[in-house]
Amino acid sequence: MHLKYESQLREPLVMGNKDFHQVTEDIVRPIEAKPSKLWYIGFYIAVALLLFGVYSIYRDVTYGIGQWNLNKTIGWGWDITNFVWWVGIGHAGTLISAILLLFRQGWRTGVNRAAEAMTIFAVMCAGQFPIWHMGRVWMAFFVLPYPNTRGPLWVNFNSPLLWDVFAISTYFTVSLLFWYSGLIPDLATVRDRAFTKLRKKLYGIASFGWTGSTKHWQRHESLSLVLAGLSTPLVLSVHTIVSFDFATSVVPGWHTTIFPPYFVAGAIFSGFAMVQSLMVIIRKVFNMEDYITLGHIEAMNKIIVLTGSIVGIAYLTELFMGWYSQNKYEGYTFWYSRAYLFSPYGWSYWGMMACNVLSPQIFWFRKMRRNVFVTFFMSVIVNIGMWFERFVIIVTSLYRDYLPSSWSVYYSPTIWEIGFYLGTFGLFFTCFFLFAKYFPVIAVAEIKYVLKTSGEGFKNKMDKIEEQPLDSFIHDNAHAH
Amino acid sequence: MAKKKFVVGCFDEEAVLFPAVKKVRTAGYKIHDVYTPFAVHGLDHALGLRETSLHTAGFIYGITGTSTALGSISWILVKDWPLNFGGKPNFSLPAWIPITFELTVLFAAVGMVLTFCYLCQLAPFVKKHHFHPRATDDLFVMVIECTEKTNVDDLQAFLSAAGAIETDVQIAEEGWWLGTYDKDETTFENSNPVVA
Repeated sequence: MHLKYESQLREPLVMGNKDFHQVTEDIVRPIEAKPSKLWYIGFYIAVALLLFGVYSIYRDVTYGIGQWNLNKTIGWGWDITNFVWWVGIGHAGTLISAILLLFRQGWRTGVNRAAEAMTIFAVMCAGQFPIWHMGRVWMAFFVLPYPNTRGPLWVNFNSPLLWDVFAISTYFTVSLLFWYSGLIPDLATVRDRAFTKLRKKLYGIASFGWTGSTKHWQRHESLSLVLAGLSTPLVLSVHTIVSFDFATSVVPGWHTTIFPPYFVAGAIFSGFAMVQSLMVIIRKVFNMEDYITLGHIEAMNKIIVLTGSIVGIAYLTELFMGWYSQNKYEGYTFWYSRAYLFSPYGWSYWGMMACNVLSPQIFWFRKMRRNVFVTFFMSVIVNIGMWFERFVIIVTSLYRDYLPSSWSVYYSPTIWEIGFYLGTFGLFFTCFFLFAKYFPVIAVAEIKYVLKTSGEGFKNKMDKIEEQPLDSFIHDNAHAH
Repeated sequence: MAKKKFVVGCFDEEAVLFPAVKKVRTAGYKIHDVYTPFAVHGLDHALGLRETSLHTAGFIYGITGTSTALGSISWILVKDWPLNFGGKPNFSLPAWIPITFELTVLFAAVGMVLTFCYLCQLAPFVKKHHFHPRATDDLFVMVIECTEKTNVDDLQAFLSAAGAIETDVQIAEEGWWLGTYDKDETTFENSNPVVA
């Protein structure tokens, strides 16, 4: 047994004087209570958006993707912008649960479960875009390499678009397994408190018959650690591969080598912003301020200012290379189509700059990092900025390229393109509302694990330890067993 | 199915649980299992359980994924249907790295989770005997298997003296839910005690 001691300099991860049972009570209470009016309103809005999205897709499938304003030379527009945007958002959950687990960041326990759920829903939304963009969506299975009667004609394994198929589906599967294997013990906690037969039965099925046996926990720990080790490079690989979709082409503005790290930093940036938006709401609605503390919010804001600045450096590097390479096409794309405010899409570039690079700098101030309203506002701003980033990359590179005679007219989306995007919001929030109602939004077992070292009540009892001589500390704490 | 008798002792503090585990094992009782609401580090060593080999299984699954990807892609693009992609060589390994990596991770993760579920006998609709409902809430539940010689009353008194806040006796059905790991649960005398 390790020593139950943590420096007083560290902020407690769980506020208040709680014991294990209180932790269970606090986290499971929202599942057992009737949902509030606010929950119903939010849920119905989400379902309405989802239905609008379904109708937009119905039109897309029935009449073809001519329903969208995509035309030469803009073959990718809102759809791929939204795809990259959602995939980017889907990076925070696994980053929190995997990379922060390997880095032993205790604060991840408060937010990892909800962030992982968010990841899964965001990847589900992301997957819609390339699938429905195919047009003849009933042929979607053609992307899979399976022996067929057409030769067999295989998929092109050298194509970044196929790498994307593998990357996104692997990422979804592994995130789902990671999330659910972590949920099993917590669902067992809910099952053992069930007050109706139906609840007992449903949570019994969902918790796979978990008992909490020591050997099972030992395996569970090993599983989490190895899945974290696997997910860490996976999370970096997914957005790297998404960036290859662009970087391996010869389109000016896409054909750059800094895309992988730049995309990954942007993904973490937008992912954390989405986690912040959701966490600020969850802690308020479910009274979880003791578990998702200002310390948690501050830690995530630090990551936002770091990754936002990395993204900013990437933007400036691109501009520099646009000039330094002395390539006319690159120069035109970066300095005219993007950075010149009065070019047709200049507004989107400067919107992106303002939202992603300038405004997050506010988080250099501790007061701002710990302000819930500023955090929520900034999290929305950052996600708008990151949407602009993908729009800028895709549209400003496509609308004018090598041959001026084939320059496009001004591209703007149709209502059905917007409807599809709104529909994915509906899907995301419908899933998230259901998750928040039926699953523990905070990892109960993991909070209990850190409670005795990082809970406020337990920490307060340990404040004398730092003044104690080392020998007597060892004597008091190393009880032989 | 044969039924077995178990003595159950519930503890509410890890600091009490660890010495109690030691006392119970030194006294020669066979601990069937300890059920805890979260992963208590070091408890597996205190119980004399061996390290899990799940990560080794994960490595093997990962290697399987790597070779599946490399094997199938090279067979498909070099032998089965060689296509000319811009005059590049058919065997173009660097372009296959992303998919190879993804399949490695996919195989390792899926394989490990399935192995985990198999080893722990976890699946939907599986029913197991739960010795105490609070084992997933706030109690550490030590379960001791009785033999014909076990004096149940003595054992219960012994557990209470060791700090159990609650003890009882339960008859539970022996079945596959017991798992296979109790084979490697050696008694305390035969193993090197781990002192944290």
